[in-house]
Amino acid sequence: MDQFGLLLGGFAVALDPWNLALMVIGIVLGVVIGVLPGLGGANGVAILLPLTFSLSPVSAIILLSCIYWGALFGGAITSILFNIPGEPWSVATTFDGYPMAQQGRAAEALTAAFTSSFVGAFVAIVMITFVAPLVAGFALRFGPPEFFAVMFLAFASFIGMGTGSPLKTLMATMAGFLLACVGLDSVTGTLRLTFGTTELIRGFDFLVAVIGLFGIGEILTSIEEGLAFRGANARIDLSVVRRTWAELPRHWALSLRSSLIGCWMGVTPAGATPASFMSYGVARRLAKPGEVPFGKGRIEGVIAPETAAHAAGTSALLPMLALGVPGSPTAAVLLGGLMMWGLQPGPMLFVEQADFVWGLIASMYLGNIVGLVLVLVAVPWFAAILRVPFAVIAALILVICSIGAYTVNNAWFDVVVMLCFGVLGYAMKKLDYPLAPLVLALVLGNRTEQAFRQSMLSSQGDLGVFWSNWLVGSIMTVGLMLLFWPVISRVRGAISVQLARREG
Amino acid sequence: MRIAATAAFALALGLAAPAAVAQASWEPTRPVQFIVPAGTGGGADQMARVIQGIVSKHNLMRQPIVVVNKAGGAGAEAFLETKAARGNPHILLITLSNLFTTPLATGIPFRWTDLTPVAMLALDEFILWVNAEAPYTTVPAFLDAARANRLRIGGTGSRQEDQIIAAAITKATGVNFTYIPYQGGGAVAVALVGKHVEATVNNPIEAVTHWRAGALRPLCVFDGRRLPVTEKMTETQAWSDISTCAESGLDVEYLMLRGIFMAPGVSQAQVAYYIGLLERVRATPEWQELMRQGAFNTTTLTGEEFKAWLTREEERHRTLMTEAGFVASR
Repeated sequence: MDQFGLLLGGFAVALDPWNLALMVIGIVLGVVIGVLPGLGGANGVAILLPLTFSLSPVSAIILLSCIYWGALFGGAITSILFNIPGEPWSVATTFDGYPMAQQGRAAEALTAAFTSSFVGAFVAIVMITFVAPLVAGFALRFGPPEFFAVMFLAFASFIGMGTGSPLKTLMATMAGFLLACVGLDSVTGTLRLTFGTTELIRGFDFLVAVIGLFGIGEILTSIEEGLAFRGANARIDLSVVRRTWAELPRHWALSLRSSLIGCWMGVTPAGATPASFMSYGVARRLAKPGEVPFGKGRIEGVIAPETAAHAAGTSALLPMLALGVPGSPTAAVLLGGLMMWGLQPGPMLFVEQADFVWGLIASMYLGNIVGLVLVLVAVPWFAAILRVPFAVIAALILVICSIGAYTVNNAWFDVVVMLCFGVLGYAMKKLDYPLAPLVLALVLGNRTEQAFRQSMLSSQGDLGVFWSNWLVGSIMTVGLMLLFWPVISRVRGAISVQLARREG
Repeated sequence: MRIAATAAFALALGLAAPAAVAQASWEPTRPVQFIVPAGTGGGADQMARVIQGIVSKHNLMRQPIVVVNKAGGAGAEAFLETKAARGNPHILLITLSNLFTTPLATGIPFRWTDLTPVAMLALDEFILWVNAEAPYTTVPAFLDAARANRLRIGGTGSRQEDQIIAAAITKATGVNFTYIPYQGGGAVAVALVGKHVEATVNNPIEAVTHWRAGALRPLCVFDGRRLPVTEKMTETQAWSDISTCAESGLDVEYLMLRGIFMAPGVSQAQVAYYIGLLERVRATPEWQELMRQGAFNTTTLTGEEFKAWLTREEERHRTLMTEAGFVASR
């Protein structure tokens, strides 16, 4: 195949010792950036971008994209250990990852997370290697109605099955939408719900809210429960990695499904965060009932979001390279970088800069392998952090959370907002309101609303636009089915009971 | 005679010396914050980061530049913060048209006169693009098509430059369009390639790759004169082959400011330092390359001329936005 030759050429570029060294540096930096909440991949790449001026474009993009892979790996670490998502796409990882850590299975959760990240990325890279033009063409079909349908599907797959009280889930979702409304309305260009204050113009940043809800909320709960990490004293060594690996092949179907969800969401481009939520939701719905329910430390709950997030994060580079549309905030910064190095992203890049494109693709393979090895070796160390006494670590977490919240927008007000969200998170936990729907609505609310209103503008207010072609129509229909699944299954159950009675 | 000459010389020296000494003596003593009133990856952000890269690569300044994005409220956050940093010489702000549009559209308490203008770096061009498969190849044909069927124009943001151009087209021709706001210029160009809208007014750099790939077709450029870059971008066309909109019978002109501002209350010497710094940035090959790639209008202005330009443009935005109903009611 044509691609193989090009890819081998790319490997020759990426295997240059200098580029390999940059790869390792990039991954390590990325993991650190991913661990620190607030200092996301986008910020990290943006800060280092000017330093790459003196490198060749290929070396520069290898360094920067490796930071991105590193951040994707690193985001899972704090989610699992402390219930603080280092990156938006690792929020869903906390749902089962943190309970696992509490049960002393931190190393197992970390290994599963890292390995699934790698699997997701690998599937995405293979896709980029062989079907890039096809996929880029598919992405072009996604206009506002299709985009809304995808967002709707993400909500439906996550919320439809609600384990707790449906009313509480609904209330948490609506609160999330309300918070997402604050700030500039991107469709009319006017301010909403800012009450004339300057601080609220920015709106509530999703990361600030999440750091507060999860991080601070967790600390408050831990303090109440007696200043200790429960069950964090498991024996930790590298053999955990081997034992977890022996188990992982059982979940191949889950991994494949999550990878596909991730690739699809990355290409459309919806991004890694909705991909992780959607994948988690679908995994929870389709899973066989096991001894451990989801949300209480089930390994599938770590595999699904991590695989999808990494697959989406990787495939998000495809629309960036092939169309010039960033699939994620980090991709947006990389896009700026490409232009700075004199490369014009878009359809012509594959033709005119084949060396660059294939060098980058080859570096994705290598970078992820290097990353996996680095983080797996470090698993025992990461897990050992949990042995530090809570009184010490809690103070550290507070500091890291505050710095994280400040870094998102360089604003003091956000630190206050974070603390308020912390109290809110604690209260919601005590009153048994689910946090996840609120977070989901906050992160996707704006984009969903915008896609809906763009569709309405372009169809002059006709809702039929959501069924105007097979693509958008089928996504919407699947979404509606998922949303009403509990009702549908109840009705089906009732009918079969009726039938059984009649027969009997 | 000699006495007079000496006196005149002394007088001249006396007048000139303090300014010269002050100019030479001031330079940043702390890292300089370079505020971008827009998100990462956009045109302004890209320019700020290129400047940052150039300054550090060529050692143009002892202190480093730190780029900070303050995108909140279409830049409102960045403007209010710079306004509040009175007298702080370690803050630079790069602006786009939201310098005028955001205060008008949102009603925040800010005008450009609240800042210290430093220099106009360049002007960004706008081009009317349509899908290459569309039947209309000229501006009049496009306008006729829009009269027959309401067409959609996609653009970046709401009540900002792209929508103002759309409103100006309506004002000039009487043809109505449905304006659909997107998040960024790249997304707008792709929406046009995917036929989710019928036209866009993308900047050259946002759409060039799709033009070269044969997916988009430029109809006219919203500038008083044609673009200067004569190098062939496609098989047959160079930037300079695109006619101006006025030539094509659409009398609309619009250019976007890429300018540098400082906080209010800074000294002349401090402004002069940055004017000098920016001049050195403009002389570098990296900067020339950026200007060529983006087919920028490389007009530069400083001092009173710049202020006069800003006054004129603000008035023009106020008129255009008032007529289109984009100004926030108080």
